[in-house]
Amino acid sequence: MDSVILKTAVRFLLPLLLLASIFLFLRGHNEPGGGFVGGLVAGGAIALYAITRSAAAARQLVRASPRLLIGSGLLLALGSGLAPLFFGRPFLTALWTTTTTAVLGELHIGTPLLFDLGVYCVVTGVTLAFVFTLLEE
Amino acid sequence: MNAQVAVVLPIVLPLATMTVLLLTWKSIVAQKVIGVVGSTLLLMSATALLWLVARHNILVLQVGSWPAPFGITLVADRLSSIMVMLAGLMAFAVSVYSLATIDDRRVAFGFHPLVQLLLMGVCGAFLTGDLFNLYVWFEVMLIASFVLLTLGGERGQLEGAIKYVALNLISSAVFLAAIGVIYAATGTLNMADLALKLRSFPDQNVVSVLAMLFLIAFGTKAAVFPLFFWLPASYHTPPVAVSAIFAGLLTKVGVYSLMRAFTLLFVTELEFTHNLLLLIAGLTMVTGVLGAMAQSEIRRILSFHIVSQIGYMLMGLALFTPLALAGSVFYIIHHIVVKTNLFLIGGMIEQRFGTGLLAKSGGLYRSAPVLATLFFLAAMSLAGVPPLSGFFAKMTLIRGGLEAERYAIVVAALVVSLLTLFSMTKIWTEAFWKPAPVDAATDVRLGDQSWTDRFFLCGPTILLTTITVGIGVMAGPVMDAALAASEQLLDQNAYIEAVLSVGSRESTRP
Repeated sequence: MDSVILKTAVRFLLPLLLLASIFLFLRGHNEPGGGFVGGLVAGGAIALYAITRSAAAARQLVRASPRLLIGSGLLLALGSGLAPLFFGRPFLTALWTTTTTAVLGELHIGTPLLFDLGVYCVVTGVTLAFVFTLLEE
Repeated sequence: MNAQVAVVLPIVLPLATMTVLLLTWKSIVAQKVIGVVGSTLLLMSATALLWLVARHNILVLQVGSWPAPFGITLVADRLSSIMVMLAGLMAFAVSVYSLATIDDRRVAFGFHPLVQLLLMGVCGAFLTGDLFNLYVWFEVMLIASFVLLTLGGERGQLEGAIKYVALNLISSAVFLAAIGVIYAATGTLNMADLALKLRSFPDQNVVSVLAMLFLIAFGTKAAVFPLFFWLPASYHTPPVAVSAIFAGLLTKVGVYSLMRAFTLLFVTELEFTHNLLLLIAGLTMVTGVLGAMAQSEIRRILSFHIVSQIGYMLMGLALFTPLALAGSVFYIIHHIVVKTNLFLIGGMIEQRFGTGLLAKSGGLYRSAPVLATLFFLAAMSLAGVPPLSGFFAKMTLIRGGLEAERYAIVVAALVVSLLTLFSMTKIWTEAFWKPAPVDAATDVRLGDQSWTDRFFLCGPTILLTTITVGIGVMAGPVMDAALAASEQLLDQNAYIEAVLSVGSRESTRP
């Protein structure tokens, strides 16, 4: 689409939307948000870029093909589900650990974060696969 | 193998295979190799599960360690493990067969990942102990089947798919509505917990209404009378490997769900529900076989026979005695193997003549004696001729019917059996015995194909035929397994206790 206003706006919107998607993704642990919404926002941001430039330009921006995103996302989610099996716990049981980092202080992280990251990748990948296919028709 | 791993493997393995297939999308060779390896692994894990369940009776897994009525429970009892085993076997046979029959264009569009997705849905439906989770597995299975059915985009495929998709979406909507109502009525969706709550439910009329809703939902998927018409309209359209796996597994997921629901959940109003089931069983048998007799194309005939056979499976469930139910289980084992095999053989006939029309084929008895033998054994088994697997399956059901003194259904079963024989003889005389038609130049001999293609075509059918004969020869052990499964189905308390006790023991979460 050839619109100067949209093109200029996207230049600012793209990083903002991507940041918002990461915010939503991390916030999803205890509050509304999560990998699915985060992935949708990320997919939407890149779709906006693809609409103003071209699908090819957007593909170059993402580098990874949508299919790779979907595959690796599924692998991440599956891995987080299988991890507890090695500790003798049932499939998909959440494993938690607390680590202390210099910047963020004490962090409570576990396999659900990994699972959500998988969802994030899959949703972004699926959205981009749709958008790219439609734009390249 | 650890029991907790064994229960979840038949679901995880297809998912893992599908993921790897997604990452190796570009290479057609990799797609084919990984597809077959994945199906082989599924078969192995299913065998392990069958063996473990035979030793430990019921294996229960609370996914994510959430205790029973709240989390999702996976339950592997004898029936589930038998079904998963059959799914693994069909997956293996069909993925090998697909190597020679599915063109590279369809492989490039993701045939193998979709088959794995379908298998994940099927195995999940067999293993889940939660109604809503069952709905989710149904959807996984259906979405994969929608795409598999239309993959290739031929005109006939799309026409068949419209009916298939429409009917299945309606049945899914009914299923979802039924789940909503049952949750509102009882406040739980865990099947073991539901079985307990429905027993002491104050208004049994509500339970009957729920039973009917589930009967419509599962009945449409299982293709029972009068909800079966989507099946013969669509099963002959996709490539043979696809219709073979549909024929073997998809309707049987519906039958399995019916068996689960009407042995575990809706057993308080037997007089009403199971008598209705018996009526439906009889009508399904008769209409299916009559439909088959009117057809003149191999896969259409076979599709109508699926419907007719579903009637037999329901018959045992409706009679609701240990022997009759064992007959149903035996029938499912026999039917999945034989039906998939017949579709595969039908595909080979179609490939030789370029059409499934019986009028345009012939002379195979002379030109393809091996194929003729394979078809003869499978067809006679379907009709129920001793000593093949179908004979023992039907005999058990008929003995069950006689014991329960339901003579009408026994007569129907015998007559339908005779008509099945007639219909199989029709394919035999047309495609095999009759001299080849004048334009038989289209008869592509197997000898003209490369030896690998011949192996991929004949290997699975020979394997499945051997199993059919094997079930007949070793009917004793198979019958024992079916009887054990049916006794377990009728012992609802053991199921309930197995599911709910594991929940309470593990309810102390860290």
